[in-house]
Amino acid sequence: MKLKSRKLKKTTVIDFATYIGVVLAFIIMNTLKNQGMLTRSLTGQLIPICCYIVMAVSLNLTVGILGELSLGHAGFMSVGAFSGVVAAMSLQTVIPSEPLRLAIALVVGAIFAAIAGTLVGIPVLRLRGDYLAIVTLAFGEIIKELINCLIIGVDETGLHIVFNATGTKSVNDLGLSEAGRVLIKGAQGATGTQTIASFTAGFILIMISLVVILNLVRSRSGRAIMALRDNRIAAESVGINVTKYKLMAFVTSAALAGAAGALYGLNFSNLVATKFDFNTSILVLVFVVLGGLGNIWGSIIAATVLTILPEALRGFDDYRMLIYAIVLILVMLATNNPQMKTLFAKLIPVRRGEKVNG
Amino acid sequence: MEFLSYLISGISLGSVYAIIALGYTMVYGIAKMLNFAHGDVIMVGGYISLLSMTSLGLPWWLAVILAMVVCTVLGVVIEGLAYKPLRAAPSLAVLITAIGVSYFLQNAALLLWGASPKAYTPIIAGSVKLFEGQLSISYVSMLTVFMCIVIMIALTLFTGKTRMGKAMRACSEDKSAAQLMGINVNRTISMTFAIGSALAAIAGVLLCSSYTSLMPTTGSMPGIKAFTAAVFGGIGSIPGALLGGVLLGIIESLAKAYISTQLANSIVFAVLIITLLVRPAGLLGKYVPEKV
Amino acid sequence: MARIKSKNDSPLVPMPSDSFIPQRDLGKTPVLEAKHLGIDFGGLTAVDDFNLTIGRTEIAGLIGPNGAGKTTVFNLLTKVYQPTRGTIMVDGYDTKGMSTVQVNKLGVARTFQNIRLFNNLSVEDNVKLGMHNQIKYGMAEGILRLPSYWKQERIAHERALELLSIFDMDGMAEAKAGSLPYGAQRRLEIVRALGTNPSLLLLDEPAAGMNPSETAELMENIIKIRDTFQIAIMLIEHDMNLVMGICEGICVLNFGKVIAKGTPDEIQSNPVVIEAYLGKKKEA
Repeated sequence: MKLKSRKLKKTTVIDFATYIGVVLAFIIMNTLKNQGMLTRSLTGQLIPICCYIVMAVSLNLTVGILGELSLGHAGFMSVGAFSGVVAAMSLQTVIPSEPLRLAIALVVGAIFAAIAGTLVGIPVLRLRGDYLAIVTLAFGEIIKELINCLIIGVDETGLHIVFNATGTKSVNDLGLSEAGRVLIKGAQGATGTQTIASFTAGFILIMISLVVILNLVRSRSGRAIMALRDNRIAAESVGINVTKYKLMAFVTSAALAGAAGALYGLNFSNLVATKFDFNTSILVLVFVVLGGLGNIWGSIIAATVLTILPEALRGFDDYRMLIYAIVLILVMLATNNPQMKTLFAKLIPVRRGEKVNG
Repeated sequence: MEFLSYLISGISLGSVYAIIALGYTMVYGIAKMLNFAHGDVIMVGGYISLLSMTSLGLPWWLAVILAMVVCTVLGVVIEGLAYKPLRAAPSLAVLITAIGVSYFLQNAALLLWGASPKAYTPIIAGSVKLFEGQLSISYVSMLTVFMCIVIMIALTLFTGKTRMGKAMRACSEDKSAAQLMGINVNRTISMTFAIGSALAAIAGVLLCSSYTSLMPTTGSMPGIKAFTAAVFGGIGSIPGALLGGVLLGIIESLAKAYISTQLANSIVFAVLIITLLVRPAGLLGKYVPEKV
Repeated sequence: MARIKSKNDSPLVPMPSDSFIPQRDLGKTPVLEAKHLGIDFGGLTAVDDFNLTIGRTEIAGLIGPNGAGKTTVFNLLTKVYQPTRGTIMVDGYDTKGMSTVQVNKLGVARTFQNIRLFNNLSVEDNVKLGMHNQIKYGMAEGILRLPSYWKQERIAHERALELLSIFDMDGMAEAKAGSLPYGAQRRLEIVRALGTNPSLLLLDEPAAGMNPSETAELMENIIKIRDTFQIAIMLIEHDMNLVMGICEGICVLNFGKVIAKGTPDEIQSNPVVIEAYLGKKKEA
């Protein structure tokens, strides 16, 4: 029984350290922001950083905890972003309270992304490994092109939606009344969005994501998900429904990405679907892998550092993306090559972060 | 007649995809890694051939050879510096490294040659007019299809008949068994990268000749498409890469012409997804269930 | 050969098919009835006309030379492969068309020849995963940590330690499963399978890689498991001391076909079995 109390401590300590770390970081950043002590570019980055943290943490659920490689996470962010923007903008007159409208937009974004996640997940989760990776990549690109064809407007009669598959339709085909407004203009994306996203909302979203994922991992369902990662055949032999738990992880991950997308979308007055392409999916995957698979803490740090890094390298101007690429390769070599690993271990005696493995 | 012309341009585009897919599929078959930087090697091949024709004034065939040499060296260097140290690492780590290499090549190209698209003069100009001028087939498309067939035959002969080719097949089956049989696995993998990159250079020249423009990101979308083609045909299979590439090219070309320009890529990807759901290992791939 | 005594020992009696079950299990539905079971892999017959009945508390052995199809039989019984021919009745229910998961819920649990643990999870979590379908709370309750979560997890924790204590493993509940020594991994697989609350436990070479004293301990534990849980156990094993020591009924497989069935004594003196193992004597 002595063992039991120690165990409870060990896992809860890690979880609480994560929560407290995020709360402290928020308090510090918020104070600095209010004091005007942050640079303009860093202030502008606060909300995107929150979005990317949620993206990384949620992708970690699919890649690190479920163990399936997804290269289309940005697709779910995109679904969340545009559905969230439409929800927030069309409710502008009905719900005057901005925080409430933002909350609704995030929920709508999460729901639509969860629906997309279910539609994608049911057929493709039967595939394994690299095949799953290429199919999620394909779905990400499909979602991008579909959203590029959407023209959406709103007037007093409700939402008007036109699907512009042939490139012949325009805003005029919406049939809006005088009072109507166009929300999404096909390839030009969402324009004139009222930017109601706030840093506090970003912080709350991060906390919710952490609660969902950390508690999930320590529960019966989370164990089943990790069992699928470790040994699918053994998991089936003890009566674990493979499809159910794969889908649970995938859809939860998509829903959180959708909420992050909605927050992101409402942070910019203009937003195009090509923002959420394959490169964004890869970017988030890089956060997850650098932070450590299954390591939620690591995802948070990696997302923050790597979002700020290109900005911080601005002094190097043209060379910054080149440096970023070299840093990426070197870090992968340093963390995965046996010889380099021992070399680095001698140079920097860092204790590796605790993985979420129950 | 219109249909025929779209079909031909599809086959020509598909042949380029097939050549790129061959590089992907060989590397995947042997190193079991998705070499995301492959598309960017194509771009490098394009720039080298363009510069040697414009700045150095070399004839086109010499430019192609130069591009092949540079890309081969580049491929081997990338493999040796970035991938070889990660031979025992988890596949995700290798994937991220490949993405790093891809970023590196794109941004190096950006610094060296600028972001603006450069005009690319096709290596062979002109076209054949058939049916009283109703159907025109450019020499570039004919050359592309021809090159694709030649490469296919050469590769099939190479992997089937030569010592090195057999070593490659052995390594892709079982690396440790191959090593026990005295095959130098590292050298075989380097060789595969060399061949794959040389093919990428040819693909680069052909791709730029039909698109007639070139910029640092030129390689990435064709790279992804070619990878899709390789998976579509059954990754690891040489005839699969050809079949997948050509089918994908035709589907893309016809979808653009008859369904929707905006959704052409979506249609291509949707076909891939449906194919994989029906045949989880692609058209010509072998599905090996996990042994219990 | 010395037999390990168990309080349940009783003579084998014939069943309607060509099988035998212990006398004490007569009158109860057999836990397993396989009839004319067979599977082909691309024209190659791996198992053919496999008939077997196992009593509710029987310890049965499945032996045969390498490649005889023993593990394939286990894979058929657990529906890793769907049989080409024949029927499998578990507890009197036809398992036609069922999946591995459904058969497990009916009461068939197994271990694997090449150990398949959840290596990155703790020993305790491995056992709790075995108990997955006995723990009754959903995803939302887990995320929100409602009272049912705490209650069910506490019960699961205690039950897991209890099961682990069968093999004296409750002290290593915290360790990562993948870091355990080989013998302990084999034992953990058995505990995990027991967690599913099975009525038939299939053990695929449970003594592989164990030394004689570990094997002796394992034999006692297998008997103990049967006596405590009153379940049937079928095991594949090459260690003849173990098989002859604890099995009541033995089935011998060669080239995918049953060549003999009977008590340990009958099997040991059966010329067909001896031939299968040692090869045919050359006719002079």
